This record gives sequence, C-alpha cells and structure tokens, in this order.
Amino acid sequence: MMQITCPHCGPRSQSEFVYGRTVDSVVALDAPADQAMTALFTRTNPRGPDDEIWRHTYGCRAWIVITRHRVTNEITATRAVGSEALP
Amino acid sequence: MTGPSRNAAGATLRFTFDGKTYFARPGDTLAAALLANGVALVGRSFKYHRPRGIMTAGIEEPNALVTVGEGGRREPNTRATDLFVYDGLVARSQNRWPNLSFDLGAVFSLAAPMLPAGFYYKTFFGSAKRWMFYEYFIRKAAGLGNAPTEADPDRFSHRAAFCDVLVVGAGPAGLQAALEHAEAGKRVILAEQDAVLGASLIRDPQELDSAWVEATATRIRAAGGRILTRTTASGYWEHDLVTLTERLAEPGAKPAHGLAQRLWHVRAGQVILATGSIERPIAFAHNDRPGVMLSQAARTYVRRFGVLPGKRVVVATNNDDAYLTAAALRDAGADIVAILDARPDLSAAATAAQAAGHPVLTNAVPLSVDGARHCLTKVTAKVDGQTQSWPADLIAVSGGFTPVVHLHMQAGGTLDWNEAAQAFVPKAARQNVTTIGGAANPQPVHPVVPVGNPKKSFIDFQNDVSLADVDLAWAEGYRSVEHLKRYTTLGMATDQGKLSNMAALGRLAEKQGVSIPEAGLTTFRPPYTPVSMGLIAGASGKNAGAHMRRIALHDVHTQKNPIWQPLGYWFRPRAYPQGQETLAQAALREARAVRTGVGMTDVSTLAKFEVSGPDAAAFLDIICATTVSKLAVGRGRYTFMLREDGIVFDDGTVWRLAEDRFLLTSSTGGADRMATHISYVRQYLCPQLRVSAVTVQEHYAGIAIAGPKAKAAMDALIGADAPRHMSTLPATIAGIPVLVLAASYSGERAFEVYVEASHAAPVWAACEAEVTAQGGCLYGLEAMEFLRIEKGHVVVGGEVDGRMTPADLALDKMLNKAGGYIGATGLSRPALSEPGRRQFVGLEAIEGTIPEGAMLVSAEGQSPQGHVSAAAFRIMDGGSIALAQLTDGFSRYGEELIASSPTRGQKARVRVVHPHFYDAAGERYRD
Repeated sequence: MMQITCPHCGPRSQSEFVYGRTVDSVVALDAPADQAMTALFTRTNPRGPDDEIWRHTYGCRAWIVITRHRVTNEITATRAVGSEALP
Repeated sequence: MTGPSRNAAGATLRFTFDGKTYFARPGDTLAAALLANGVALVGRSFKYHRPRGIMTAGIEEPNALVTVGEGGRREPNTRATDLFVYDGLVARSQNRWPNLSFDLGAVFSLAAPMLPAGFYYKTFFGSAKRWMFYEYFIRKAAGLGNAPTEADPDRFSHRAAFCDVLVVGAGPAGLQAALEHAEAGKRVILAEQDAVLGASLIRDPQELDSAWVEATATRIRAAGGRILTRTTASGYWEHDLVTLTERLAEPGAKPAHGLAQRLWHVRAGQVILATGSIERPIAFAHNDRPGVMLSQAARTYVRRFGVLPGKRVVVATNNDDAYLTAAALRDAGADIVAILDARPDLSAAATAAQAAGHPVLTNAVPLSVDGARHCLTKVTAKVDGQTQSWPADLIAVSGGFTPVVHLHMQAGGTLDWNEAAQAFVPKAARQNVTTIGGAANPQPVHPVVPVGNPKKSFIDFQNDVSLADVDLAWAEGYRSVEHLKRYTTLGMATDQGKLSNMAALGRLAEKQGVSIPEAGLTTFRPPYTPVSMGLIAGASGKNAGAHMRRIALHDVHTQKNPIWQPLGYWFRPRAYPQGQETLAQAALREARAVRTGVGMTDVSTLAKFEVSGPDAAAFLDIICATTVSKLAVGRGRYTFMLREDGIVFDDGTVWRLAEDRFLLTSSTGGADRMATHISYVRQYLCPQLRVSAVTVQEHYAGIAIAGPKAKAAMDALIGADAPRHMSTLPATIAGIPVLVLAASYSGERAFEVYVEASHAAPVWAACEAEVTAQGGCLYGLEAMEFLRIEKGHVVVGGEVDGRMTPADLALDKMLNKAGGYIGATGLSRPALSEPGRRQFVGLEAIEGTIPEGAMLVSAEGQSPQGHVSAAAFRIMDGGSIALAQLTDGFSRYGEELIASSPTRGQKARVRVVHPHFYDAAGERYRD
C-alpha cells in the first residue's frame, strides 16, 4: 500500500485514493479525432516515471496528479489540478 | 525416544495430543512439551506419509504440523514449535489414517518410485472426466490439515500505526538498535515473533543474559518505545509499510477479550531488520525421520525448555556453531557419540571440543540414518571416504545459516553472495530499510556435498522433495529455478522453502556447473509465515463486509412485508404480495394496476445531482449527449451520457429548475461512477466553468405515481393542475414542500414526487391514501421491469451494456447536433457506423417462452447473432416478449429466429419486432 501526499491534505494512505487514469490518456474536449483515439487506445506506458491522475475520494475528493515510477512505485511529485489549482 | 527426558516438576498445564493427556510447563511450546513427554512421532509427510518428528524450534518447522483447537477455532497446519501450550490445549496430528502410528497412507511410501517429480503431469492424461475421477482420490490422500467448517467465533482487528523506526526481531542486535533509537527520541516499535524477547540470547546467554534483555526492554519502554511480542512482520509493502500480525491468543485458544489477532499496518520512517538466520539441514538418506533435528534447535530445547531431545547424540556440522550444541547436550547429560565435521581441518572450536573430550571427526559427512517409526537407532557417515556407524537416538545437524532476507527482498532489495557463509546477504534496497545482526553477517561454513542416497535425501520436507527429484527435473530439461520450483513443488508448502531453497539452489547450481548466485533465486512473497484468512478480513468479516444502507422509506415498506431486492447499496421492494401470491403473480397484478388504473412505487435510490452556477447549462452540454442548454425553465427531458469512445454508459433525465440550476438523475447502480465522472469533468477537464455539481442521491426520497388515473391522483394531492409531461412543478403535499416531475418510465401518464428524505413518510402516506382511493396499489421493481420491457425502455446494465452506441440503441436522433459533448469525437470512429453491429430490437414468441439470456440463432448449431437482454410477458395478455441485441437488427423486423438457452435447456421460436410493444406512438403518457 503506497503513501500518497495529497497536495491539500498531506501524506495519506493509498486506500483513501482512487486511481483515475494516466495524464497521457486524457482526452481534451476539443481534441481532434486522431489525437483523442491515440490518447484512448495508444498509451506510452513507460517503464519509469509516469504522470497519473488520482482522486482523493475518501478525503478531500480532489483530483490530483502524481508522478509515480511504474516499477518501483516511487512517487516523486504530487500536485493539485484543475479548479483546485486555479489562482 | 523411549521415555521422558525431563522430570515432571512444574508441569502444570494439561493438554492433549491425539486424545492422550499430557502436562507441560508454562512457557513450553507444544514441541518442547511433546519432547518432554517422550513423544517423538508428531506427523506424517504430505506425499509419502513418512513418519516425521520435530526438526526445529522455530517458525521454520516443516514437519511438526498439528491441528489445534476445536470447532470454529480449529487451526490446521499449526507449527508445534510456534505454539505455546495453554491449559486445555487440544492438538491432533495430521495426514494419517486411522492413526499416527499405523497410517494406511504410508503405502504411498512403498509406491515412492512411482510418484516422481511432475507425477501429475505425467500420469493424469486423458479426458477431463477421468481427471474428475482421479481428483477425488488425490484430494483425499494429499494435503495437510483440514480447514474448519464452522465460523470462527473470535474477532480479528486491524490497527494503523506510525513510527520513526520499526525494528523487526528482538535479538541482541534488534534490542540494541531499538534502545538507541528510542533513547534518541525516536518513536520506536519493536516486533518479536516469539512470546519472549532475546531470540538467540535465550539459547546462548553468553555475554548478554536475560537480565540484560529485561533491562533493555525496560529502557526502551521508558523511552516511549512500544514492544510487541508474538508479533510477526508478515509483509513489507510500498513506501515502508510493514504489516505485523499480532497473536493475542494462541492458536485454538479462547481469547481473553474476544480478540484473537490484530493486524498492524505500520508506516515507518525507517525499518531495521534484525531477523537473524535460519539453520540449514544437511541432506542424507532418511534425514526426515524423527530424531533428526537442527543443531540450534536441539540446543534450544536443552537451554530454554530444559528438555533433552536425545541421550546418545551424533552432531553433524560444517561450522563452529554446532560445537555449542555438543557442549550444551553433554552438560545436560547426553552422550555425544561423534561430532561429524565436514571441514577437512580442525577449527579452533573443534580443537577445543576435542580437548574437552568430544570425539571430533573431520572430513566427515552423514550418509544415512536408521530407525523405527518413533525413534532413531543408528547414524552412518562417510569419514575420510570410509563408512562408519554409531548407535544414536538423535542427530543434531547444522548445514550452515540462511539469513532471513524476506522482508528486505519485499522492500525491493538486492542480495550479495557471501562465499564464506555460503549464503545470500542483504545488499541495497529501494526502500528505507537496513539489515543488522546475524541476518547481515552469517557465520562462515564449509560447503557440504551430500553423499547419501539422493532418493531418500530430502530437501523439502513438507512437500517430500528429495535430491533425486531435483536431479530428475534437471534431466527432464527444467533449467530455471522457477521451473524447478513449480515442477517439483519445492518451496511451495506452508513453510515456503525456508529450509529447502538453499539446498535446491546448491544442487541446481552444481548441475548447471555454475555458482549458486548464478543459478538465480525465486521471489520472496509475503506473508513471511502463514496468516489467518480471518485476520485479513479483520472487522470486515461476518456481516460487516457489505454495509446495507436504508432508503428513507425502508421502515414504511417493511410494514407492507414486501419481497426485498438489493439494488446498489440499498434494498428496494421487489413486489408487495397479497395473501398467498407468488412474486410473479404479485408483480403481474401490480403492473396491471398501472396499465389500467394507478400505482405508486419508491424510486428514491436513483442517482441525483444538483448542478448549479452560471455555467451549469454549458457543463451539462458536456456531460450529456443530448442538448440541455435549450431546455426552458420548468422543463425536463430524457438524456444519456457517453464514454469518451462514444459508447453509452448511463442514462437518466435532466430538469431545469431555474436558469442556472438543474436536477440530473441517472441509474442507481451507476451512481458512484457518474459522481466520479462528473467531478473529473468539473475539476480536471473543465476547471474554468463556474459550476457546482453536488450529489443529492439520498437527500431526496422519490415517489413515482403512474397509470391512466395518475393525473387525477396528482391533481388531488397537490390541489392544482398537475404538470404536463416532461415539466416540473414545485408543490405541497401533506403540508410538505415537494417537487413534482412529470416523466414516464412505465409508458403511462406518470409523475415523480421528490421530497426531502427526512419528511418522506407523511408524503408517502398521503400519496398512498390517494392512490388507494383511486383504486390503485403499490408496485415494486418486478412490476416496473415488466412495464419498461413492454414499453421498450433500455436499462443500464441490461441493454446499456458498455458496447452499444446511441445508434445501436436507436437513440442517435436525440444526439446534440452541435457536438461538444464527451464521446462526440469517439462516435466518429468509422467502425461504429459499419454494418454488422448489434442493434436493439424486440422479440415476440411464436412458439414457447423466451428464456432470459438466450442466444439468437437462425438454426440450431449456428453461430449466435445476438442475445436476449431482458424477457417478460405482455402485461394484459401474457404473451412472451423480450428485448434483445441482434446483428443488424433494425433491418430484420419480421425475421424468425430461435432464442436458445442451452444452459437452461430452453428455447423458443421468435419473431424480430420493434422494441416498443406497447403504445408505440407514445400517446398514453402525454396530456
């Protein structure tokens, strides 16, 4: 079980979070069809650090982005996103 | 063994083993108590039913496995060496019939040549039917203890903890480390799997004795450290999370406070492993017999428990440690008949032992032992190439030491090969963990080349794997250590190869002609020692696993004694049977009431979202695939939502309550998914939109009133003209403010009344009184299903199955022409508009009753072209109808097919029709 540092709440157990998706799989609303399909069906799937979107569902319910190493699970960064990160 | 080897003084605890009563001293393990009572034969082996005794004094014990306790507390495969005797303990031997001394299964031992490695793969060829026949006998003959059939009466709990330093193992190194960190002001947890602290100091109180252990523990506690005994670090997980399994009661015992075990989730800043090492056996013929014991174990029985495990003892070793055993056993009165040292030269310890009068032989390796069922009689060895024998009742063996690196490896560690110790020692780890003490610095040893008959030289005692089995696997082409493991089952028993893995690796490396580190290693998976299933479940066991939530009107329905049906997190009435009515009869009566008069039902569980803000309409145009922003205030419409790939994933209704305020409903079962989706879109995808989206699923209770007389009932209830179809009206029922929506799921004129959940009961009562006055009744989910199938309405999880596009469901005319909704891009994929897609159709039975879930084929034996997603009956005339998905179904109306369900042995001839069986023109639900 990992420990994820929520940018709003601090370090919390993974059990409070729900995995969303990788950042590279996000389909922007105005993405052209080929880009959207690439994001959906052709992931980069790196053997190394990757940016992932998680939700602190059993905490502040905010979506956050974490940079997690896919082999070692080392988390090198977490950040607030979207409306929570707006100035 | 022939008689007690400890006097009975102080033995006050009564216990039974295989029905016979014995006594133990407080602090005895079951193994120590059995040895003290002269019981040497403790179990039978897994495969050949060979007699087995007590080999170790710790958690690595492969042989002395017993079933302990009774009823729901019964615990099979408990190590007698890891079980402290309590008064009234009931233990039984395993894997024998009719009894331990006379075991019919031992016939397998005679058949050993026919049970080689890979026996199953080689023997049980042929049809699955034949395997079913073999399996019965194999399952009866194989296996260890039996799982209890009763529920466990005790509680198990989980506890989270945090500390700066977690120390695993309370031997001298662990105690010292815990002390230093605790006195430096760190939050320290020290976990020890034994019931007492000290580990090797209990066995070898040399410079540091029990007084030091006690004083150190006192200082650790005084500095704020927490010491947990009988607590095993069972797994090392991500980010320095270590699970500790704490036994609050011994296996099979009734816990003092009801709590049997506790699972700690410890998140540590730093982990120090002082886990020590496990002594290795030596492979020689019949090295699995009672009377063959590890050297340190023999010393432990003497020093810790005061039990002398043998009177005429041969010690076999490749290191200096076993000389301590020789001395300890002799001090306790045993006759050391020979010390077989595999090393070519006398070490300092060997010279000292010789000077003390011990018969030390160098270049001496055990060849075989002889014995009866219960005892050892003779030890034979190769000494300088010559065979020599001694009468003996115990052989204490030490083949070196294997550092306990399990947790280190689970922490993402790597290993170094220590040539002098012939052992793997911890190197770097990914996580914040260090290993200290014996686990980091094993004693030097001399490699032993086994000389005994390989067929009888066991390396994995629990799974009866001999050196010959490893050789056979090699001969048959199994080169990798992982293949060897799976083919021979070596290291796959409950001890997970704690004694056997190194011996197997040595043999494999020898075959490969490489060094041991080059031969590779298998994975060290948690748990370190077996963990009870109940402990993993913790408080989520029994009925606490799935919490039942009650809808606001739960108690009101209970008075009507309905048939309940789980739906999402809740229970909803499935039908309200009257008298002796069956479910089907009640549902049909209720559905007919809706078609002919009026009925009412609870729809409170529907997912509901209140979406508000200046950009609420724009936001819903993104979430919903239909146009929302053009809705007039006070109006609503049916809507559905797409995944990004264009597939429909939910549907519902959306209502404009004010210019900037909407109510969105969607399916009960998809509520969590929809809430997550909405929050993702709001927070991540469209953070610039000024909108709030709040789940109000349980805030409002919902009551649906449907039927030709629904309008009359509603007019009466609100004292005003009920709203037009797909319109909303704030109103008052029974003096309570409600929101009335005019929407129809049943196909009849219908309304939904939403009321604040805590005020639902009086509104329900008023509605029920009015519906009853109109000659109507309550209806449940089953009637609702009949009604919607006949009307051809899709349901999420049925027709909306994660594969259908709006066009497949004939919903594409409702799509927002302007696009911009989630899934619009996905819908442009060419494959989604190619011919050959499954499409939503209705089926009418021509002959027979359409089975739910049936496949649609043009003739028996043909490939299916679709399937039945929901089957029902015409409400008024009882004809069999169904909704289905059929390849190119829209162009196949009128075609005849067979709906076949081979699993139910049912089929029907059907005709493909439009799915709206009832009021296709949609006249009945409008004003």
